[in-house]
Amino acid sequence: MSVNAPLLVVEGLTVSFRSDAGLVRAVAGVSFAVEQREIVGVVGESGSGKSQTLLAIMGLIDSPNAVVSGSIRFMGQELVGLNRRALDAIRGRQIAMIFQDPMSALTPVHTIGNQIGEQVRAHEKVSARAARARAVQLLDAVGIANPDRVVDGYPHQLSGGMRQRAVIAMALSCNPALLVADEPTTALDVTVQAQILELIGRLRDQFGSAVILVTHDLGVVAQVTDRVMVMYGGRFVEEGRKGSVFRTPLHPYTWGLFGSIPPMDGERPARLAAIPGAPPSLSNLPKGCAFGPRCAFRHDACIVQPPLVGGNGHRAACALPETSRKFHIREVASIETPV
Amino acid sequence: MSGVLRERPLLRTSDLSKHYHVGRSILPAQRRTVQAVDTVSLDIWPGETLGIVGESGCGKSTLGRCLVRLTDITSGSLEFEGRDITDASQRQLRPLRRQMQMVFQDPSASLNPRRRVGDLLADPFRIHERLSASEMTDRVAELLRRVELSPEHASRYPHEFSGGQRQRIGIARALALRPRLIVADEPVSALDVSIQAQIVNLLADLREEFNLTYVFIAHDLSVVRQISTRVAVMYLGSVVESGPTDLVFAAPRHHYTAALRSAVPIPSIDRARRERLVLKGDLPSPMNPPSGCRFHTRCPAATSTCRNERPLLQSTGDGRLVACHHPGGG
Amino acid sequence: MLAAMSFRLGQMVLVMFGISVVAFLIFFATPGADPSARIAGRNASQETLVQVRHDFGLDRPLPVQYGLMMNRLFVSRDLTSFVNRGQRVIPAVTGAIPVTLSLVGGAAVLWVLGGLIVGVIAGATRGTFIDRALMILSLIGVSVPVFWLGEVANLLTQSRWHDTWLFSWVPPLGYIPLTQDPWGWFKALVIPWFTLATLYVGLYGRVLRASLIEMMQEDFIRTARAKGIGERRVLLHHGLRTSLVAFVTMFGLDFGALVGGGALLTEVVFGLQGVGKLTYEALQTLDLPMILATVIYASFFVVMANFVVDVVFVFIDPRARDVR
Repeated sequence: MSVNAPLLVVEGLTVSFRSDAGLVRAVAGVSFAVEQREIVGVVGESGSGKSQTLLAIMGLIDSPNAVVSGSIRFMGQELVGLNRRALDAIRGRQIAMIFQDPMSALTPVHTIGNQIGEQVRAHEKVSARAARARAVQLLDAVGIANPDRVVDGYPHQLSGGMRQRAVIAMALSCNPALLVADEPTTALDVTVQAQILELIGRLRDQFGSAVILVTHDLGVVAQVTDRVMVMYGGRFVEEGRKGSVFRTPLHPYTWGLFGSIPPMDGERPARLAAIPGAPPSLSNLPKGCAFGPRCAFRHDACIVQPPLVGGNGHRAACALPETSRKFHIREVASIETPV
Repeated sequence: MSGVLRERPLLRTSDLSKHYHVGRSILPAQRRTVQAVDTVSLDIWPGETLGIVGESGCGKSTLGRCLVRLTDITSGSLEFEGRDITDASQRQLRPLRRQMQMVFQDPSASLNPRRRVGDLLADPFRIHERLSASEMTDRVAELLRRVELSPEHASRYPHEFSGGQRQRIGIARALALRPRLIVADEPVSALDVSIQAQIVNLLADLREEFNLTYVFIAHDLSVVRQISTRVAVMYLGSVVESGPTDLVFAAPRHHYTAALRSAVPIPSIDRARRERLVLKGDLPSPMNPPSGCRFHTRCPAATSTCRNERPLLQSTGDGRLVACHHPGGG
Repeated sequence: MLAAMSFRLGQMVLVMFGISVVAFLIFFATPGADPSARIAGRNASQETLVQVRHDFGLDRPLPVQYGLMMNRLFVSRDLTSFVNRGQRVIPAVTGAIPVTLSLVGGAAVLWVLGGLIVGVIAGATRGTFIDRALMILSLIGVSVPVFWLGEVANLLTQSRWHDTWLFSWVPPLGYIPLTQDPWGWFKALVIPWFTLATLYVGLYGRVLRASLIEMMQEDFIRTARAKGIGERRVLLHHGLRTSLVAFVTMFGLDFGALVGGGALLTEVVFGLQGVGKLTYEALQTLDLPMILATVIYASFFVVMANFVVDVVFVFIDPRARDVR
């Protein structure tokens, strides 16, 4: 593998579930790549397929009714269809995951140290004592005070923020090349969120890990990521460098997301530029562009699923002519950038 | 200011406290008390929207429940339009229930899944007003239209609705008897971003239309900033700063408000790199709150005074109250 | 911890006191349950009744009667049976305890092992043929009446096939004390053990399967899988370990109830003179002192089992440590 090859290449990833209502497609053929040491944000609302994409990368979609197809290549190795043994050699070691709810992510009956040590010992031949010492080190690294006491504590004895730190320490225990995080701060208070985001930002420098961060919060994306992918109805509707997506968002859904967030300073708008309607149900996706029914700019061309296209690494899946979109962008930007 | 002086607050709390006992022990020594709400004094004026912000465990939800007397008050007093209702019985409160309603975070918990939405919305009329069946249907249809649902929705069951629609139903129910005060406890925090904005807009529209007074409780500062005219920031059971929304958010004086404000991730790359004030450590246990100023364990400006003396809420002259020995710049 | 323990012990004593009062009142003070009539025999004259009442203290106020009764039960331990004159109640009960403990203890080992194996295998192979077959078998185990199973076992091992190589080792019905002949003890109890355990293997297997399947849906199982530790370890170290809470609770209560006399049917079928059988016979003859003694003994074991479950709980569920 060359030094410049992407760490992770996903091509045409589709995740479907067999149900009474037929085949429900949660992820509809998404393709993307993650470079080494890159932090990528995946933004979307419930049912956008963002969590399922992560779980597919981790090989954690194990419902007997699920069908995962397409290709996920990690450091050149295909992960889709990989047997359990080979998968277990990779996950936890080279790809690790942080979960949304730290309250339920840890096994309640084992100590923090045992749970971290278990992962270390699954991948490296070390003694229990060495694994414990590593756990203490990791807990210290993620900013837990008294790591040598916490290591023997149980999850219920820790606050939510501390538990999430412990989960992160566990994820980092084998120095993974890729860290996938599913809404890691959603269940936490803002002041704790700020601590955790700062930590995630630091991880790349300290551990050299690439990160895929799934969130519904554009503020979180703005703070820690390099690149943004916006998901809607199981597809990417926009993708690009953070600066370019935030300065000139190209998709009406992205505009709507920006407009939905009340500003923290400057003039307060009388009304928020909310998106009408609700995210579509996966079992009943609209024809063509899934955002069509909620889109103010819908027209005849939207009957066909638009491809994800664009220059300078900034792509969007929208049938609107780019010139007319540029016009609207200015409108949106005036809402987004107060004095 | 004389006009304001003659006006009476809609709801007033004086040193309102709510304590809980935790632990199941019969031994009094092992019983511990949580001061969920600790001597909170607030005036809620007609027509205003008071936002109450704070992190989990700060007592904001408990305070909300005290305000509409959904829970008993341990000490202090609560007045509705000058009438003391601190110890009013449920029977005495009944006529007042028409005037103060509550909207919850998860409306589905309060919507009986086996009943049609139309019947659920007709309940308040059944209890408080004598209406014919056709009048009832009309009122329900009207309510549904007010919250931007359609009258046909009356014949459906709660589970057939999306989260945002269920919250609209929750709001419709609160609205049914034309209350004067609505206490909304995290009404949008379980919703998707795009739906949140819809509900915030709806609440603002209804406020205009029905002359409502809101107490809006949320942990999301940007949402509170959007809808409130005045805010109160709570930390470990007490109000640490209150005042006009723009003032408090633009130039917080309490160090906790400042930290909270700075912790909110802003969806903009231009401001993302500004200096952040990241608090150290965790929230102390409300069972064993710190001495003196409760924030001193995490405060960047704490001194020995803060450790020993509890600061009182004091006016800063610009229309706000701050409980801090060393208030920040403002 | 120590304070909590002694507090619990105090609670136990209180509960047992309550049970003894209730049992006493039911048997001695409910209208129509005139104990003196029982003692005096069918056609006793008024004078004999009065005499009996006086002899047994039954003409005294109820609290005094209760006190006398407890004194004779626990302190002087000379309470005698109403039916078999002269038979002391306490030695009868203490003599029955080893029999019941042997029966229930052995069966418990079997059913815990069997329940674990059935539950884990079925839970791990959920939805497959193996799972379905195990669940049908355990349903059969749960529904077969223990007395029927016992009688069939007796029929086969004691008469039909007793002379074949298969069951010629089976001793005649009855109990052989462990101290006297350990091998004989074992041989005499093997078949009762399996008979008694059958129901519980089915029950525990089903409960454990359900609880395991529920636990395997939890978030922490996903975390464990994401660690790359292999499914067997995920299942045993995370899934099974957290499922044990329900299992242990159930075990404590069932064990307590069985030792307290609940193994009655098995004891009767296999001719084992245990506590259950003792209670059964006492009930048939309405032998009040004996009933009182066995009821109090049973309550002791149930309360004791509860206490042990609580203590074990603290070891298997760290959350229980901090709540107390």
